[in-house]
Amino acid sequence: MPFAGTRPPARRPRWKRLDPEEVRGIRLLSPTFLYTLAFLVGPVLLVVAYSFWTQTYLTFDHTFTLENYRVALTEPIYRDLLMRSLYISFIVSLVTVIFAYPIAYYISFHGGSRKSLLLFLITIPFWTGYLLRVMAWKVILGYKGVLNTGLIGLGIVDKPLESLLFSSTAVIITLIHAWAVFAILPIYVSLEKLDRSLLEAATDLGDGPVRRFLRVTLPLSMPGIIGALLIVMIPTVGDFVTPKLVGGTEGQMIANAIQIQFGKASNWPLGSALTITTMMIVTLMAGASVLVLRSLVRWMR
Amino acid sequence: MLDTVSAASKPMIEISGLRKSFGNFEALKSISLNVQEGEFFSLLGPSGCGKTTLLRLLAGFGEQTAGTIAIDGQDMTGRPANRRPTNMVFQSYAIFPHMNVEENVGYGLKRLKLDRQEEQRRVREALDRVELGALGKRRANELSGGQRQRVALARALVMRPKVLLLDEPLSALDKKLREQMQVELRHLQKAVGITFILVTHDQYEALALSDRVAIMFDGQVAQVGTPKDIYQNPVSRKVADFLGGMNFVDAEIAEENGVSLTLDAAGFGRVRAPKPQGYQSMGRQITLGIRPERLRVLWDDDQAEHQIGGQVIDRHYFGEVTQLIVEIPGFKAPLAVTETNDFGADDIPVGSAIRLAYDPDALVAMND
Repeated sequence: MPFAGTRPPARRPRWKRLDPEEVRGIRLLSPTFLYTLAFLVGPVLLVVAYSFWTQTYLTFDHTFTLENYRVALTEPIYRDLLMRSLYISFIVSLVTVIFAYPIAYYISFHGGSRKSLLLFLITIPFWTGYLLRVMAWKVILGYKGVLNTGLIGLGIVDKPLESLLFSSTAVIITLIHAWAVFAILPIYVSLEKLDRSLLEAATDLGDGPVRRFLRVTLPLSMPGIIGALLIVMIPTVGDFVTPKLVGGTEGQMIANAIQIQFGKASNWPLGSALTITTMMIVTLMAGASVLVLRSLVRWMR
Repeated sequence: MLDTVSAASKPMIEISGLRKSFGNFEALKSISLNVQEGEFFSLLGPSGCGKTTLLRLLAGFGEQTAGTIAIDGQDMTGRPANRRPTNMVFQSYAIFPHMNVEENVGYGLKRLKLDRQEEQRRVREALDRVELGALGKRRANELSGGQRQRVALARALVMRPKVLLLDEPLSALDKKLREQMQVELRHLQKAVGITFILVTHDQYEALALSDRVAIMFDGQVAQVGTPKDIYQNPVSRKVADFLGGMNFVDAEIAEENGVSLTLDAAGFGRVRAPKPQGYQSMGRQITLGIRPERLRVLWDDDQAEHQIGGQVIDRHYFGEVTQLIVEIPGFKAPLAVTETNDFGADDIPVGSAIRLAYDPDALVAMND
């Protein structure tokens, strides 16, 4: 080193002044960070770029245009598909959380020494692949499926219900089953963290079981509920396997349209615009749900 | 059972034949107790003695196996915790983390459907009482341990319970703060006039705060009385040992009459001591005890009417006092002597011969 003089430390740039603890933290994070950068942020930026271009057969016209967004937002077919996707994912996440809460509550409060066993049992359906589980629902919901045969056998209906399979309802039922565990676990964790003496305090201060649940248990398990809701809501909007297999024409969702644009239709820019639009709207819907739940809790107590 | 509170005051809590079992384990074995209105009553005992179980039964958490609890003349059997005239200060304070101080204190009032001004007035009054008036908007996680404790107190007091139950409320605080809170708790109780039941394993806390103390061992009440009474006249070795230090000396019963015993003890000679509560003749042997601070070191030529001599075999320095361990010829165990340090007890060398003065009235006979 030719230069040996000492520089006052204050003049060093900020990133050189990090203390060793911070440096270690950044080093620990960097592999994940680089991975995310390369395989998540990069592709998303690429999709954003595509959405402003035009495809002419095999080449892309790189002039900036909002035409794709116009199509995505105004064409009735895409609007309907998007609305249906949002509706399905909203219903699925809501119903999943409503089903999951009592299960999580039971395991946390009454599971006793069998808690681990019960949680383990819940994961059993996940030992088979996602496709297989969807196919299993096909067998249950089909025209001559388990449900229809059973209903006829019991004399509740005299001919098979046709609306069971290949409908939005079929998609909703299948998705609720598929995502149940992902909703149970966050709620279970938030209930486990709940200090039981808080419940005794609420009782001691005069609350019966229902008021106590609404004023203490529910608000304090809200992080778990919100987590469960988002975990289910966000991926289900973009699901295309389930609608393809059990949705029929009436149960198609926006992701199926996006898949077609990137595949058969070969219109990547439109597919990208649809993707970005969906992402934005899902973000808004998720944010709105969180706000509504939060204010609900505030109002209840 | 000895009741030192005047007969004029009425009993607030009447417990009779109370038992509680968890499976095969008997946590409470037939407890009978009366607590007077406005009394500061402590349940003192080592961990696992059943004191917390008893407190929880009073609050309505859990059902007794047998026996009854009556509060203010009303039988509490089968009445859930949310409909009892009691409120509790939990050991962990159980402050609702999703609410601020005011909302915590006002929690129980919401159900009473008071008008808004009255509710706020009562919350403010309770907060002022525990000197938290300025912190109403603070969230639970922004409070120190002492402040959380005050919130828990205010939250219970604002309900104006007939009985306030305190489950080791000071055990989580450091020593200085604990001593300060003890004084405040005592003043608070006198100011509000509510019956307080305090569970504690800290003997000094129980002695300093209470009108009366019940000492519990193994699910049973061993002794009930004023702090002074149980400290000076413990009924058994166990009580004496749990409540401060005690020197035990074997003695032989020479004579017995209705209220007192005449005893022969090595070193102390012939002494008379009142019969302990619940005394039952169990042969001629009995234990005699004397508190370490009731033995006094005799300096140089000092003389006393009653004295014994021995040799210092160990010395412990505690700052304000020194404890000397003195071996007395003919005694099975050495005597502990606590002497304040004003006269230089901390300078007495180990190994020196020493004479100790005692007051024969300080000797107590105890059941085993």
